[in-house]
Amino acid sequence: MSVEANLAATAAKAPAANASKVKMSGNGVNVFYGEKQALFDVDLNIYENQVISLIGPSGCGKSTFLRCLNRMNDTIDVCKVTGKIVLDEDDIYDKNIDVVELRARVGMVFQKPNPFPKSIYENVAYGPRIHGMTRTKDELDDLVTSSLRRAGLWEEVKDRLDQPGTGLSGGQQQRLCIARAIATQPEVLLMDEPCSALDPIATAIIEELIDELRANFTIVIVTHSMQQAARVSQKTAFFHLGKLIEEGPTDQIFTNPINKKTQDYITGRIG
Amino acid sequence: MQGWFFVIILVLTACALFYIGRSRAVATVGGDPTVLHSKPGFHGAFVMICGMVPAVLLFFTWLLFSRYLTSAYVTAQLGADFANLATIEQNALIRNMRSFADRTDLSALSQLEAEAVEHYRAFVGRAALILQIVIGVLVVAGGWFAMRAIHQELRARQFVEKTVMSVLIAASGVAILTTLGIVLSLIFESVNFFQKVNFLDFLFGTHWSPQSAFEGVGEEATDRNSEVFGAIPVFAGTLLITAIAILVAAPIGLMSAIYLSDYASPKVRATAKPIMEILAGIPTVVYGFFAALTVAPFFRNTGEAIGISVSSESALAAGLVMGIMIIPFVSSLSDDVINSVPQSLRDGSAGLGATKSETIRRVILPAALPGIVSALMLAISRAIGETMIVVMAAGLSANMTVNPLEAVTTVTVQIVTLLVGDQEFDSAKTLAAFALGLVLFCVTLLLNVIALRVIKKYREQYD
Repeated sequence: MSVEANLAATAAKAPAANASKVKMSGNGVNVFYGEKQALFDVDLNIYENQVISLIGPSGCGKSTFLRCLNRMNDTIDVCKVTGKIVLDEDDIYDKNIDVVELRARVGMVFQKPNPFPKSIYENVAYGPRIHGMTRTKDELDDLVTSSLRRAGLWEEVKDRLDQPGTGLSGGQQQRLCIARAIATQPEVLLMDEPCSALDPIATAIIEELIDELRANFTIVIVTHSMQQAARVSQKTAFFHLGKLIEEGPTDQIFTNPINKKTQDYITGRIG
Repeated sequence: MQGWFFVIILVLTACALFYIGRSRAVATVGGDPTVLHSKPGFHGAFVMICGMVPAVLLFFTWLLFSRYLTSAYVTAQLGADFANLATIEQNALIRNMRSFADRTDLSALSQLEAEAVEHYRAFVGRAALILQIVIGVLVVAGGWFAMRAIHQELRARQFVEKTVMSVLIAASGVAILTTLGIVLSLIFESVNFFQKVNFLDFLFGTHWSPQSAFEGVGEEATDRNSEVFGAIPVFAGTLLITAIAILVAAPIGLMSAIYLSDYASPKVRATAKPIMEILAGIPTVVYGFFAALTVAPFFRNTGEAIGISVSSESALAAGLVMGIMIIPFVSSLSDDVINSVPQSLRDGSAGLGATKSETIRRVILPAALPGIVSALMLAISRAIGETMIVVMAAGLSANMTVNPLEAVTTVTVQIVTLLVGDQEFDSAKTLAAFALGLVLFCVTLLLNVIALRVIKKYREQYD
């Protein structure tokens, strides 16, 4: 099935309210870790300026799919990906694709906050520096400032940009990691359970932030919390045992799922 | 023979005490060990400790003081005959007495010495007997009191745990006291040396030729010796050779550590790392051969071919081979440190589009810096203390030079040459060795302190 056909098929399924542009799409994606197959034939569209949640029980392949979207699985030797994943018009597993550039376009925030053991400023400036995105120190300063502002961290850290990023609280660290990711001005932001290591207040702040970031970025978020998926996302995709079981608008998935397994999961019978 | 017999008896007694304590504990509660506060094994260990520890402590105390006690006893027995001798003769007499104590033929000794041997034998024999009896009494008494103390609620476990802790404290105490002892002995001998040679002349003098030292005392000797014991050329040599060694070992070791930890497949790593560590197992004297017979001639011939005069014993050859020797220290330790940087930092950097080498340069190395610096410090200490390679490849002449193609000498080599052979032990020449050792110790200590400070200031701490 071609990308266009797949796109058309999904568009037909989706109501007119979601008529925005497809930013990324997976087409027949299989992932193998050595002998073991972790993902089976996944087709999924990700729409521009929307938040899509990937939900499902542990080991269902949602994180694996997420890591395919910026080829983070490349760092695992035994991992093999087949099928096609497209970002705008480009097949990201094509030989001619530069992984460095891809990861600048598709940023990532990890489960556990992982600021570099450097100052807050240096953490945010890291991406722009390695990609040579700014010409002068002033431009870099502006970029760092605006990234911290967009991550909602500026007011808390503006007086101590030279302090180590590891000295912040868990929630602040995670927002620092978000600022670090958006400083490279990506088009898509991948978030792998970004709140699982945080307390409820920090979680609420991040969720609010995700909703604001949607205006500028396309966001894919893996989460274990169904409430979180319901709160932050417009689309939801449910994975089970490596297969994509069901996807659609979030309110439909949570109020009126088509598949029996989805219903069992969101009502807490499997998982 | 008798000594071994004694040790075997002690071990057997310890086992017996343990067994008795255990059975006794079980017996006191009518054969049901579950109602005991501590498990029966702890009761056994309790009885064993009470029986054995005082005895063993007494034994070691005796070992410490027996030499002093025997001399004091013999001196007292010989009385005025001994007191009338000169100090040197007194010392010789005591020495002879000890070395002839277990020989039957005493004809080589003077009458007074033979008499001393008789007293010595009598005293040692009696002391050994008394010691054995006292130890036996201590074991039996300690064991007896411990046995009496056993009852259901006895806190035997706490007692044993506390004893374990004291043993551990004693073990670390031994390490610390040994260091202290070494430093003190260095200081005492050095103080003797600095009475003969001016401290500042030694530290800042630029001429080192201990062979022409003036043997004797008085103003003239001090003046002369202050001229020939200038330690700067020796320390300059050490510095030069160490610098060359680090210039070789730091880049090669660090780069191979990076390759092993971040680029090599697990299979390559599993083979390559042990092979590199074999380098650390080669005896330094073998490196010495290599330096003297292969590397140094190679440099000399190459130098001749392109018209540069290279000494056949050069700092370059010694430093290079020393650098190769310390590569495994740098690479193996750095590899461990780099590996312990969390994977999440690598992922975070890769997720921002950094390449592998950017990640290593900008994230991994700064985070691993403290460990890498301490690996380098260890390597430097090894290089400074290394002797054999330098003796064989760099020569003995104390040239003051920064030219690595000339022969130089190092502190350790000079210490060896000063102390080897028949030497009077209180001449300026031999005492100079201790002064060199003391300064070397201070230099390495200073290096370590500086390194620790640097690490503290610049470390990028993760977690």
